[in-house]
Amino acid sequence: MNYISIKNNQTVPIADIPVLDYQQFRETNISLLIKHSDRHCVNYFGYAQGNSIKLICCIADDSTHEICISSCIVDPSKKFESMSSKLLCFERFERELSENFGITFVNHPWMKPVRYSYNRADKSSVMDNYPFFNIDSEELHEVGVGPIHAGVIEPGHFRFICNGEQILHLEIQLGYQHRGLEDLFLQKKNLLQRVTLAESIAGDTVAGHTSAFCYLWESLSGCDPKPEIDFYRTLALELERIAIHTGDLSAICTDIAYQLGSSVFGRLRTPIINFTQEWGGNRLSKGLIRPGKTQFPFTKELGDRLNEVLNTYEPDFNEMCTELFKLPSALSRLERTGIVSYEDVLSIGTVGMSARMSGLTRDIRTSHPYALYPQLNHEPILKHHGDVYSRAQIRREEIWQSMSYIRQLLKNIPKSKTNYDMPNKLQPNAFSISLVEGWRGEICHCAITDSDGDLAVYKVKDPSFHNWLALALAVRNNEISDFPICNKSFNLSYCGHDL
Amino acid sequence: MLDNLKILYHQGKQFIPNVKTAKVPGIFRGRPIISTQKVNETELANLCPMHAISSNPVAIDLGKCTFCGECALQYPEKIKFTTDYKISTNERERLIVKEGDDFAIEVNPAAVRKEIRQIFGKSLKLRQVSAGGDNSCEWELNAANNVQFDMSRFGIEFVASPRHADGIAITGPITQNMAKALEIAYNATPDPKVIVLVGTDAISGGIFAGSPALDRSFLENHKVDLYIPGNPTHPLTIINGLLDLTRKKR
Repeated sequence: MNYISIKNNQTVPIADIPVLDYQQFRETNISLLIKHSDRHCVNYFGYAQGNSIKLICCIADDSTHEICISSCIVDPSKKFESMSSKLLCFERFERELSENFGITFVNHPWMKPVRYSYNRADKSSVMDNYPFFNIDSEELHEVGVGPIHAGVIEPGHFRFICNGEQILHLEIQLGYQHRGLEDLFLQKKNLLQRVTLAESIAGDTVAGHTSAFCYLWESLSGCDPKPEIDFYRTLALELERIAIHTGDLSAICTDIAYQLGSSVFGRLRTPIINFTQEWGGNRLSKGLIRPGKTQFPFTKELGDRLNEVLNTYEPDFNEMCTELFKLPSALSRLERTGIVSYEDVLSIGTVGMSARMSGLTRDIRTSHPYALYPQLNHEPILKHHGDVYSRAQIRREEIWQSMSYIRQLLKNIPKSKTNYDMPNKLQPNAFSISLVEGWRGEICHCAITDSDGDLAVYKVKDPSFHNWLALALAVRNNEISDFPICNKSFNLSYCGHDL
Repeated sequence: MLDNLKILYHQGKQFIPNVKTAKVPGIFRGRPIISTQKVNETELANLCPMHAISSNPVAIDLGKCTFCGECALQYPEKIKFTTDYKISTNERERLIVKEGDDFAIEVNPAAVRKEIRQIFGKSLKLRQVSAGGDNSCEWELNAANNVQFDMSRFGIEFVASPRHADGIAITGPITQNMAKALEIAYNATPDPKVIVLVGTDAISGGIFAGSPALDRSFLENHKVDLYIPGNPTHPLTIINGLLDLTRKKR
């Protein structure tokens, strides 16, 4: 076998992962993916081993619920045929490997910096000399936006090439938020510090990233999470989904200048995040999720309170949705704006909402189940047009779905309080992978431990890592004035990408 | 039209009438109180993931604290987080809460430049610069301007261009990759101007403090006018802090 098949949240000895030569490694992973829309690359990363780089590629199979892991050791001074020349979904992973370790990938379609990590191989490559695509034509013009944008949002640089009002091409330069996060996971030795880091990957996906970290940690330390821990993580994840989706609907309304929708959805987010604060003391669920613990037990009173919050939220939410989704002036801005086709999302390997908007089923809750999703019988919500309207509809329907899941969960609140003593030492020389479906899509955390049972490699992948390219494709042939709604309808993470 | 009126009617009254006295729901972690009870101070200090707790006397530096509440959970008799959200100040040392302290953290009006109250007392426009944060403080800054918190009723708003701004509000620990853009935005803001640090990451670097990917030299070269702690900061902390800075009488 050229790879080892493992389940989500499973730990295996690193020695069990087959080490191939690059040619074999490339062919194995390409043949796993080609003509298999039910498989996709969840992570592909490298780490230094002496003077060589060890590459690890993780391909998830959504129908068998397994993840195929293979590895390869390469000399970074040599040249390698890129995998992206056959499959575009490896494009950003190879750019990252090239930026961090100086590996040359031949026939890569678009070899550019990813995030200007502080320890990149080529220090002469800096923010200011990003090799933008440009075009020599007197009829076309360029528009540069950012890193600082008009609103209170994160930094990123957008470079448009336009013909009049029409966007021909958009290039997105990221990296401004790079904090050296993956290395901090290794430098900070205390578990509480590491959880705090996981909470700070992306402040809008605290439940998502922290759950991924905790499942990974529990798996590596050989502790099996109890159902009550799964209960409160599922609850936190679904609350986060409702809150952010509501906020996103508000942002979409803002960008089509629909004041009523903007205000109503905006204020509807508040009771949800205020409930998170009632439960755990923080509106964005920081401090709530810890490995092996229920830090803030979920009581029956909290359950009643949450039911009450949802019962007041729902009629107002539905009333506003009914109005928005039948308003011709709103629909004309949402429909057929920012389309990405099924073929495109499949080939660039998008995940989460950015895949489901175009009919591609990518949802870890069903494909690689964790927490309480198996018993909720989750069915992903699919749309087929890939436009802003599809993305807005997904949000509305996922909110309904999350509310029904929460109500189902609340019928059976577990009583006991769990408290494991989580070890700082993990299984030595092991590899583990954890996949969690955050509200944006699939979050993947991978870890490798050294012979002493401490972290040797920590790799974080936010769904935005795949999805930024989808935004760049979505705006092509649209008017530049529609860029804001395209952007908001994706709502991708800068800090999750930049790490 | 009737549908719209119905929706408007169903919203009821959303705004918080008094942002100074409003109560926050649940177990919000605001200003801590540290009792004088004896505990193992070394263990307590080592517990804190942020090294925000120092011993002899026991003190918590809110500029470093992420408000995770771990110390209060482990030492409930020693540390208690109150729901007091008014924790902004213009003097860094005021963010350090010592054993036995139980008084409000506020702006020291004597240390506020005269022109701040004179010029920005009725209107303050800020350019926000996100410099490596995790987007949580940005969310709360946006929330401060929603229909509930409605900060703009006080004439405090975020503007698109630094040219239109009276100062900058920084979130995040300031990354190398963002350091230059921050400096440019600051220089583009006309004088007189203020610098406001929003969130633990901005004030001390937070969990990222010491990371080689940061460049915090901006803060060595410029004086900070207001520290708004929190991880993320609560909208009421933001609003009260800015009001305190611009409107407090000497």
